[in-house]
Amino acid sequence: MPGAIYAEGLVKTFGDVRALDGVDLDVPEGTVLGLLGPNGAGKTTTVRCLTTLLRPDSGSAVVAGIDVLRHPDAVRRSIGLSGQFAAVDEYLTGRENLQMVGQLYQMKARAAKVRAAELLEQFNLADAADRTAKTYSGGMRRRLDLAAALVVSPPVMFMDEPTTGLDPRNRQQLWEVIKQLVSGGTTLLLTTQYLEEADHLAHDIAVVDHGRVIATGTSDQLKARTGGERVEVVVHEREDIQAAVAVLSGFGKGDTTVEEHMRKLTVPVTGGAKLLAEVIRELDTRGIEIDDIGLRRPTLDDVFLSLTGHVAEAEDEENGAQADTQGHQRSKEAAK
Amino acid sequence: MSAVTDTVRVAPATNAVSQSLRDSMVVAKRNLIRMSRIPEMIIYGLIQPIMFVVLFTYVFGGSMQIGGSTSATDYKNFLMAGIFAQTVTFATASSGAGIADDMHKGLIDRFRSLPMARGAVLTGRTLADLVQTALTLVVLAVVAVLVGWRVGSDGDTNVGKVLAAFGLLLLLGYAFTWIGALIGMSVKTPEAATSSGLIWLFPVTFISNAFVDTSNMTPWLRHVADWNPFSATVQASRELFGNPGVSPSDAWPMQHPVWASLIYSVLIIVVFRTLAVRKYRSATA
Repeated sequence: MPGAIYAEGLVKTFGDVRALDGVDLDVPEGTVLGLLGPNGAGKTTTVRCLTTLLRPDSGSAVVAGIDVLRHPDAVRRSIGLSGQFAAVDEYLTGRENLQMVGQLYQMKARAAKVRAAELLEQFNLADAADRTAKTYSGGMRRRLDLAAALVVSPPVMFMDEPTTGLDPRNRQQLWEVIKQLVSGGTTLLLTTQYLEEADHLAHDIAVVDHGRVIATGTSDQLKARTGGERVEVVVHEREDIQAAVAVLSGFGKGDTTVEEHMRKLTVPVTGGAKLLAEVIRELDTRGIEIDDIGLRRPTLDDVFLSLTGHVAEAEDEENGAQADTQGHQRSKEAAK
Repeated sequence: MSAVTDTVRVAPATNAVSQSLRDSMVVAKRNLIRMSRIPEMIIYGLIQPIMFVVLFTYVFGGSMQIGGSTSATDYKNFLMAGIFAQTVTFATASSGAGIADDMHKGLIDRFRSLPMARGAVLTGRTLADLVQTALTLVVLAVVAVLVGWRVGSDGDTNVGKVLAAFGLLLLLGYAFTWIGALIGMSVKTPEAATSSGLIWLFPVTFISNAFVDTSNMTPWLRHVADWNPFSATVQASRELFGNPGVSPSDAWPMQHPVWASLIYSVLIIVVFRTLAVRKYRSATA
């Protein structure tokens, strides 16, 4: 039985650019999948294919049990979409925006009105309900946009970079809203380039790069692939680097990497805080002065780096797939 | 992995036409609310046609000979149907720009992901523009009367005929809005829609009987002018207003201007609405 969102072999090309190169996804009902990748990786294109905005060149998809290619209109009745840019009419008030969306979801005018009032309350917009959206702050617009996506309480939700461009406080607020939403059993596919966000909100993560899913798993499973925690040391004097390498190699479970210009050394370890204390004592005994030391647990950034061989740098979404195709090794091995 | 299965049998929309109408009205309401919140758009939309009425009447009026008469009064009465028709068609440029603007905002993704009738975004827009055009036409008619325009100046007319004339003018405006909509859907930026939406309107409105007697044109140009859909509506409203026309040519649209105007407008709506909605469906903006 396929999940609430299921895709197989989605391919989409724009001219010479292969934006999607065979995307497979399976999101069980009631779970959150974080689609993680840099700009230009194909996240938005994937969402657009699954939400009927774009027809894939090949492949198939089922959303809420409905074939996306055969019955796009029925799919539209079962999904909510919150896009990268707050899709609200800025000359309409918050209330008018939500009523309009409700009516276009084929609700009766009165029902749409009632629902709009509920959502405005729920999303903390009741006070601003009768002001035009133009006067809203960025965070308020996003909340309004999200509310619009929830007008009919769709069983399946898509959010394309819901917090891009928000300040930390607003991002935090939006996270709370999203968490509440999924605790109610909604299936959610969320794209993000914030690794922290996927870590925070998603049950499962699918890492995409160059139009392909290169790895899937829980946040912990993906982190485990990068080989656990590391000790990072910044020595005070450049001359001490060699001596420090000798110390770290004694404790480490692998090779010590050195970034000369930063005077930074990194070594994979096991043993946590206790080991960190020992490292500090040993460096101290040898008279190596340090500027900084820390135990670093792998972040999803590290995961991304180890999977793709390049950091999750921002490429331009439109042209990104073209730029930079050479020189990137696709780490298919890593994905296996 | 299991094969993709379609687990839901989907019933076709029960009444596509009524849904389409209802959705179009919802979108039209949205656009009308927008207009009411950006009143300067309406005001600027009025200034230009009012200037045309005043300038053509007082600057050209004295020098123009219509049907052998050199009186400025006659030119005024001849002119107004042309100015009205030009006004309703020029309104389409801003309509195209509005659509292009919509297509480049996130809101269009919202619309396209909703279970609404596919043509409703464009139909709603054109209907709202029609309301604005009607308002403009009312104001313009008042200004025209103020500068001396009189219906029935040169023939029979009645309230019904005058209303019919305005009806034909609005229908022409609505038809041209769909051309503007297609342009709006086809260009890359709203700015391009404004300029490309205006350029084609100059030859269409000037190679016509709107401002001059076509019998003074070179024969081939006169032919174009006589068969111009725009000329048909001008001629029809002139007749219905009971204003002086020039001796019409033998061309069929000039002989049967009311029918020609209706046929042309309906034809334009059918063709350009189909093209614009098709473009909307496949748009990936």
